[in-house]
Amino acid sequence: MTNPFPFSAIVGQDEMKTAMILTAIDPGIGGVLVFGDRGTGKSTAVRALAALLPPIKVVKGCPVNSETAAQVPGWANLTSHKTAMVPTPVVDLPLGVTEDRVTGALDIEKALTKGEKAFQAGLLARANRGYLYIDEVNLLEDHIVDLLLDVAQSGENVVEREGLSIRHPARFVLVGSGNPEEGELRPQLLDRFGLSVEVASPKDIDTRVEVIRRRDAFENDNSAFMLRWQAEDAAIRERILTARKGIKSLKAPEQTLRDVAELCLALGSDGLRGELTLLKAARAFAAWREDTAIGRDHIRAVAAMSLRHRLRRDPLDEAGSGARVSRVVQDVLA
Amino acid sequence: MSLPDTPWDQGALALDLLAVDPAGLGGIIVRARSGPVRDTLLDGLTHLAQPLNRIHPALADETLFGGLDLSATLASGQIVHEQGLLNRPGTLVLTMAERCPPSLAARLSGALDTGRCLVALDEGCDEDEGAPAALVERCAFRVDLTDTAISTRPASGTRPAEISAARTRLSKISVPPDLLAQLATATVQLGIDSARAAQFALRAARALAALSGKTEVDVDILAQACAMTMAHRATVLPTEDNATEDPPPNEPDQDQDQPQQSGDETVSLPDELLIEAIRALLPADLLARIAGRSARLGKGSGTGAARKGNRRGRPLPARAGRLGNGARIDIVATLRSAAPWQRIRAASAPQQDRLHIRPADIRLKRFEEKSDRLLIFAVDASGSAAVARLAEAKGAVELLLAQAYARRDHVCLISFRGTGAELLLAPTRSLVQTKRRLAGLPGGGGTPLAAGLKAAYEQVAQARRRGLTPTIAILTDGRANIGLDGLPDRAKAAQDAITIAAHLRAAGADTIVIDTGNRPEPALRDLAATLGGTYLPLPRADAKRLSQAVSAALDA
Repeated sequence: MTNPFPFSAIVGQDEMKTAMILTAIDPGIGGVLVFGDRGTGKSTAVRALAALLPPIKVVKGCPVNSETAAQVPGWANLTSHKTAMVPTPVVDLPLGVTEDRVTGALDIEKALTKGEKAFQAGLLARANRGYLYIDEVNLLEDHIVDLLLDVAQSGENVVEREGLSIRHPARFVLVGSGNPEEGELRPQLLDRFGLSVEVASPKDIDTRVEVIRRRDAFENDNSAFMLRWQAEDAAIRERILTARKGIKSLKAPEQTLRDVAELCLALGSDGLRGELTLLKAARAFAAWREDTAIGRDHIRAVAAMSLRHRLRRDPLDEAGSGARVSRVVQDVLA
Repeated sequence: MSLPDTPWDQGALALDLLAVDPAGLGGIIVRARSGPVRDTLLDGLTHLAQPLNRIHPALADETLFGGLDLSATLASGQIVHEQGLLNRPGTLVLTMAERCPPSLAARLSGALDTGRCLVALDEGCDEDEGAPAALVERCAFRVDLTDTAISTRPASGTRPAEISAARTRLSKISVPPDLLAQLATATVQLGIDSARAAQFALRAARALAALSGKTEVDVDILAQACAMTMAHRATVLPTEDNATEDPPPNEPDQDQDQPQQSGDETVSLPDELLIEAIRALLPADLLARIAGRSARLGKGSGTGAARKGNRRGRPLPARAGRLGNGARIDIVATLRSAAPWQRIRAASAPQQDRLHIRPADIRLKRFEEKSDRLLIFAVDASGSAAVARLAEAKGAVELLLAQAYARRDHVCLISFRGTGAELLLAPTRSLVQTKRRLAGLPGGGGTPLAAGLKAAYEQVAQARRRGLTPTIAILTDGRANIGLDGLPDRAKAAQDAITIAAHLRAAGADTIVIDTGNRPEPALRDLAATLGGTYLPLPRADAKRLSQAVSAALDA
């Protein structure tokens, strides 16, 4: 199958789709975590994301997708500095990947055959200015998680190994998905994701029928199906571009800042990252809706996805943290 | 049209369908021990008209995705790449799928998502062994040939011509729109959440229709396809009485994004028809299978004792070995091992003026890594205090799990009561799963302490196989009165308990015995001594004190 299933053709799962669109509008929000059972469209949504994102300008052949010739790192040894428009990179980080592949390492081929000390860029370099997708993120090995934590925080990948000393920018939006029944995610990594959404299978028959119908059409009448939905995807892409322009002029009124702070205080979320993410997400959401000011509606809409993974876990609470957030939102923003 | 009776015929039919639509159906899980039965079935794979590539769970990434061919590179002095299996067309045949590690399963899942076809040979013999859940989810079919004898071998002939004819017909098969609604209802009634199940059923139905020379999928065909693709995914049996179900769904008005269906002449069938047909085709023992499946985890078991540990941890001296599978080369050690031979090698190959490095010189980095710990709670659920004790043990398990990530602990819970022991919670690190499993716990009856210890012993053995370090916490008030044979006999019960305890000690697991009785029980102190563990009288223990006591005792 050459084309992935179109993003706009995914039935339901509105929270997940909104979260992904918000990170496309403002990459500074810092990633999406999608938790849910198998077969709920998690991987489909991420693979469809690439088609949704506007293309970026890069220097041709640059291992870290630099925008201008001045940003190309010296170790890349590029001779020409022509630029080209390419799709936003969406890089897969498979489970069981080695540290070398992630950070980059000494190029063994060149070392052994030519005796040259050269750097072979890793996945983090390729994901710069794009998305890094980790399926089954909760099963990722600890030492890879540690690496990611550090880089996701600083936006820079530092390689000090095998006689190499190299640093390069690695700013990417982290997208993770997984099934919580198979393992928990370490709180530190949880905190690095800006937004967190929970997906479940649709419970009503009509929605399920629609899922089957669209998937069937996708597989059996691919060209007509793609024609219809790629137009929808293009419309979303246009709106993302408009929102990216609009977001710069959006000011957060004093009252909004106060609301955000009160909300996080009432929930007892750790650290200040909660407040910052909530504000950014609300601003992106306002831009998406093409509103002129950030209001309580916007905060309400994004509160659950920005905060539910930042609460102290209470093992004896049955309802789940999403419910706790919406309870508090109702109280605070009454 | 009806479903073939024997698993053998079903397997053969599944392989035929797979041959008709290999990319769409994903693959098949064949659960059978290696032997003539499996070999005979797999002869059907020749219809796939694709090369078969056999792979095994310990496969290196280079083999799958391609990479540097080190021996050839060193020999020729030029970079030589080897081609990965995924770069070539072909069906993957995964042997010993039950030992497939999650990392390989993740890579194969990615390949399956892009239209690759997989035949996974699951040779698991226990209920808790099986192919990884991620692969089962992405393969349309699963056949179980465990109890099939070679003498029941079917006489049906192979028919490659029919299959290739069906393949050409496949794109022209139409599906009446109202069948889609029934299919969605069927997935709900079978308790299947994943959207992939319905998708597979539909594609299997198309292939089936093509194979039987029809131009349209009808209820019978769809029912058969559902039975083949959904029986192993079902979590509940469809109810006999549909009165409690939702009203039949209206046909949603969504046809604008739909190609022209053959539409009007199809009669609207009552919703029950499909589910009735499916029910008639489902195996009679499905309920028992559903119950037996609940404990299975999507992990490969028996993946060898300790971790290989070539990626992190405390560094150990480098060792000779082959690159691949994520091993990292130790350049300095490699050069050092090659150095003494340079003069001899240069003499034998004077035309090269570079370093002479042979594959045998390669040294790999090694690291030592601490393995995760498994806390086994064996909880006495007998008598009057059982409910309270179990509730506190459950609380303690959840509290320990809440902090488990940092401590690298897995937890498992065994309860013993009446005549035997029961594994309530298979080893897990997931709080979510724990909450679901421990929702309601039964209590009451006698105290089969020996059975509880035996269950703990089995967990210890399994944990060691998975490379975990097991520790046991036993919660009881100590008056064992049921022997291993399930008969009430106080003396024999005590004797059995001591015997198993000696075995446990030999297995070398750390143990803590928590006495929850009102008065300390000398018999339990003896038991702890036999186990070589700690004895801790803790009357009226609550969840918090319990988890603290366990953490403290185990960290000491």
